[in-house]
Amino acid sequence: MLRIDCPWCGVRNEDEFSYGGDATVERPTDYASQDDWYHYVYTRQNPAGPHREYWHHVNGCRAWLVVERDTVTHEIFSTAPASPNLPDPDGRTR
Amino acid sequence: MGQQFRTSSSGQIDRGRILSFTFDGKPYQGYEGDTLASALLANGVRLVGRSFKYHRPRGIQTAGSEEPNAIVELRTGPRKEPNTRATTIELFDGLVANSQNRWPSLSFDIMSINNLFSPLLSAGFYYKTFMWPPSFWTNVYEHVIRRAAGLGKASTEPDPDFYEQCHEHCDVLVVGAGPAGLSAALAAARAEARVILVDEHPRLGGSLNDENYSINGKAGSEWVDEIHAQLEEMDNVRVFTRTTLFGYYDHNVVAAIEKVSDHMPVPHQGHPRQRMWTFYPGRVVIATGATERPLVFGNNDMPGVMLASAARAYVNRYGVKPGRRAVIATNNNDAYRTAIDLHHAGINITAVVDSRIQPDAALVEELESLSIRLLTGSTVGSAEGHQQVSYVQIVTTQGDTLDPERIDCDLVACSGGWNPNVHLHSQSGAKPVYDDSILSFVPGKSRQSEVSVGAANGSFSLQDCLAQGVSAGTQAARQTGFKSRKMAVARADNEGDYAIEALWISPTPYNKNYKQFVDQQNDVKASDVVLASQEGFDSVELLKRYTTQGMATDQGKTSNVNALALLACQRGEPLPEVGITTFRPPYVPVAMGVFAGHTVGYDFMPVRRTAIHDWNTKQGAVFIEAGLWLRARYYPQQPGDTMNDCYIRETEATRNNVAIVDVTSLGKIDIQGPDAAEFLNRLYINNWLKLPVGKVRYGAMLREDGMVFDDGTTSRLEENHFFMTTTTANAASVLAHMEQYHQIEWPELDVVFCSVTEQWTGIAVAGPNSRKLLEQVIDIDISNEAFPFMSVGECMMNNIPARLFRISFSGELAYEINVPADYGEQAWLELLEADEELEVSVYGTEALGTMRIEKGHVAGSELDGRTTAQDLGLEGMANRAKHFIGKHNSERPLLVGEGRLQVVGLKSLEPERNLRIGAHLVDPSVKLETVSQSQGHVTATTYSPQLGCGIALGLLRDGASRHGEQIEAVFPLDDETLKVEVCHPVFIDPEGELVRA
Repeated sequence: MLRIDCPWCGVRNEDEFSYGGDATVERPTDYASQDDWYHYVYTRQNPAGPHREYWHHVNGCRAWLVVERDTVTHEIFSTAPASPNLPDPDGRTR
Repeated sequence: MGQQFRTSSSGQIDRGRILSFTFDGKPYQGYEGDTLASALLANGVRLVGRSFKYHRPRGIQTAGSEEPNAIVELRTGPRKEPNTRATTIELFDGLVANSQNRWPSLSFDIMSINNLFSPLLSAGFYYKTFMWPPSFWTNVYEHVIRRAAGLGKASTEPDPDFYEQCHEHCDVLVVGAGPAGLSAALAAARAEARVILVDEHPRLGGSLNDENYSINGKAGSEWVDEIHAQLEEMDNVRVFTRTTLFGYYDHNVVAAIEKVSDHMPVPHQGHPRQRMWTFYPGRVVIATGATERPLVFGNNDMPGVMLASAARAYVNRYGVKPGRRAVIATNNNDAYRTAIDLHHAGINITAVVDSRIQPDAALVEELESLSIRLLTGSTVGSAEGHQQVSYVQIVTTQGDTLDPERIDCDLVACSGGWNPNVHLHSQSGAKPVYDDSILSFVPGKSRQSEVSVGAANGSFSLQDCLAQGVSAGTQAARQTGFKSRKMAVARADNEGDYAIEALWISPTPYNKNYKQFVDQQNDVKASDVVLASQEGFDSVELLKRYTTQGMATDQGKTSNVNALALLACQRGEPLPEVGITTFRPPYVPVAMGVFAGHTVGYDFMPVRRTAIHDWNTKQGAVFIEAGLWLRARYYPQQPGDTMNDCYIRETEATRNNVAIVDVTSLGKIDIQGPDAAEFLNRLYINNWLKLPVGKVRYGAMLREDGMVFDDGTTSRLEENHFFMTTTTANAASVLAHMEQYHQIEWPELDVVFCSVTEQWTGIAVAGPNSRKLLEQVIDIDISNEAFPFMSVGECMMNNIPARLFRISFSGELAYEINVPADYGEQAWLELLEADEELEVSVYGTEALGTMRIEKGHVAGSELDGRTTAQDLGLEGMANRAKHFIGKHNSERPLLVGEGRLQVVGLKSLEPERNLRIGAHLVDPSVKLETVSQSQGHVTATTYSPQLGCGIALGLLRDGASRHGEQIEAVFPLDDETLKVEVCHPVFIDPEGELVRA
């Protein structure tokens, strides 16, 4: 059971969240090539080790979070809001 | 009569409370405090089961949850539970247990003939034998194997009991309430940490209940009672008995099963049978003790062969003599205590057989003083007897096997050493390491916040257990933020040192072939380990899977280390080189019911009801589940009304007059802000910037991969205020999708939104007379000129504030009215009663579906995640001059080229025959044999009252250009073929004149 430290709600069980995919890929610009868009959707790294992922606190405050997690040990190093417009309540930096 | 194997005194049983029970139909008596196993032994019942593969007679080997052999069916009827361990079942009055895996009876089991064919049943037997032909795999082999190699049979009746799931937080969790665990719990509790102590037994004390130890000058059990009393007095301590910690998961979350009612015939009224606990401890102290391993010798599975510690436990804890004449076989010091305790209980110890040449001098002296015969450098080569041991043959460990001494006995208490219970440590992600001094694995480097103490840490001295417990408890409190106080360590009064010399397998008498079992529950023999290794399955993980070693319900608690050692011998390597398999949860078998908890039956999932639900129920509506929603499917009017009768009547009433339908379950999202229009413009394929206030637009949104995600209407209520509807099915995922893009990709957009699905009741009013009806109740001008198609406006419906939308799903002149949910039923009733002459009726989702197919509206069955806007005929709405989600990928060549499945209408060409959902669309010249010949499929079907024939929507390869073709809809499962005509998906009013009337 992962325990994710939501910046707003505190430490909560993984079943309050839904996984939102790789947070290291960047959405291409509107003018990017079709190739870029293809890779954005279909090409993913699958690292064994530290990784950045999106998690949605779907059964909580509904914030999208960026979680740094080790995919091997499941250790979570940091949790931060995905949106720069949502102030981090603890004043922590991303 | 009975209980002829009781000791005269001793034990933690209440001899004043006699309990009756039956085993295989025969009545017996035991005492309060017995387990089923101890009560059977007290009555001289030695044979309790048949083995898994060879159907060999098996008895009771242990006194705990590690039991591999004494597996029984407990209770009868709906509470029947197969594969329960007799050693952990607390005896209650009226208990009924039966042996399993035998036919026709336990003492005469036909399948024991497998024992004679055992050379055929060696490692990998199933893989080698049941290979050909493949058609036999499921039809023949599986049935035969399952019957022959069965365990018990589960009840097929519904479980009458219920289960609970609970959560609890604490600073320090102590697992196991033996000397180490009790010391740890007390030390942590005194430092004021919140402590939870769990133990799988009904009574705290762990090994102290099984042994004759004394602590601080008192009997061990007295010390236990004192500590227990102290713990009970503290507010910061919770003690759970009958609770087994079975899983150690990530982030220091652990799970335990509390057997609330299993020690009673039936649970108390309102009490669960079992409770699953999820604990969130700051730190875990693992004090789970150790498990003794058996010796591997010929016929070591015979009833009467028992672990030395178990024999001691039966005498000391249960006041039962597990035999009358005992041979003690050992390779270590510990079993000497069995000899001494059993001797004092009046059991004749015919010999202690120690594989070591020079055992501990003090122990030798003690046996001498009790006149117990000691054989050194020797071991049991084989146990002999019919269905239970009557003598053993002694061989020397030097390999002198040709002149074995025969010693009569009815009990062989053996010890091959002790394995620390490293299961939880291993489950936590850590790797146990080999400790040569105890010839077993001990906890390695911790990966989570846990520490093992006492025997679980490989420290078998009582004094060490007490000291490590205090130290770990104190430290755990400090690590979780509490000031620790010094606590004195209790004094162990009597104990010796533990010493062991390896003996992994005994020589056999006359070097003959004997069955020497390693894993007794799965019938894995030493020779199977050898064979697996010879055949190349010589890593621990391969060995395990090839021989099934350690894969039975006991998870190899008594057998794994022996198997690893034998594999190491075979490979000629030291044991640590061979490694150890990873332990996985659950530590003990856990009933499925406890994982389901309360989420069964009615509580399986939440039910969402609309404001019209009660009215619908009173009308006798038949409901259908739409996600969590219950929607009225159709409304029978008189007895015998079929669904077809109803939806045809409801459809006709709508098309000819006016009818209303509850559409509350559609997702509704309120969107506000200066950038609301821009936000919609990026979400949807169509244009939103220029939508005038007071207008509705039908929109479609794509996923990033270019496929259609959802559709629905969105209205502009004010310049910066929109109201979106989604399909019922996607309401939640559309909101999450919007949040994702707003928070992650477009934080610059000044927009807010939230779900208002439950705040509004939605009622569609459809039919040529819908305007006439609404004019009676609405306070705004809804003439076609003032309120044309795709208008939206706020209004009053009688006295209810409402929003009115002129949209149509049915293809008729229609409106949708939204009122605050609290007014939902009132609005519904007022619409029905507004105009007596009109005879307003209602319709359900079945008629709704019929009309949407007639009108060619795509819905969930066409929006299947593989269709593009072009496939669905929605491409005309797209504005490809702007940017929107999925735009780029929807332009990939394969998505826009030929050969796509496109939505079409289909008409049955055979009267009285309707199409079937899922039917393949096939060229009439082709006989459908492979899927590649299918050109598409039928997605939604109905009988059309309007057209008087069966119609459908389907996805057909290049369908948009094939209108007018005659093809076949083939349903191979029922061998049905229907001639159909491909047509435009809009069957009625293709110009949309009705909706604009």
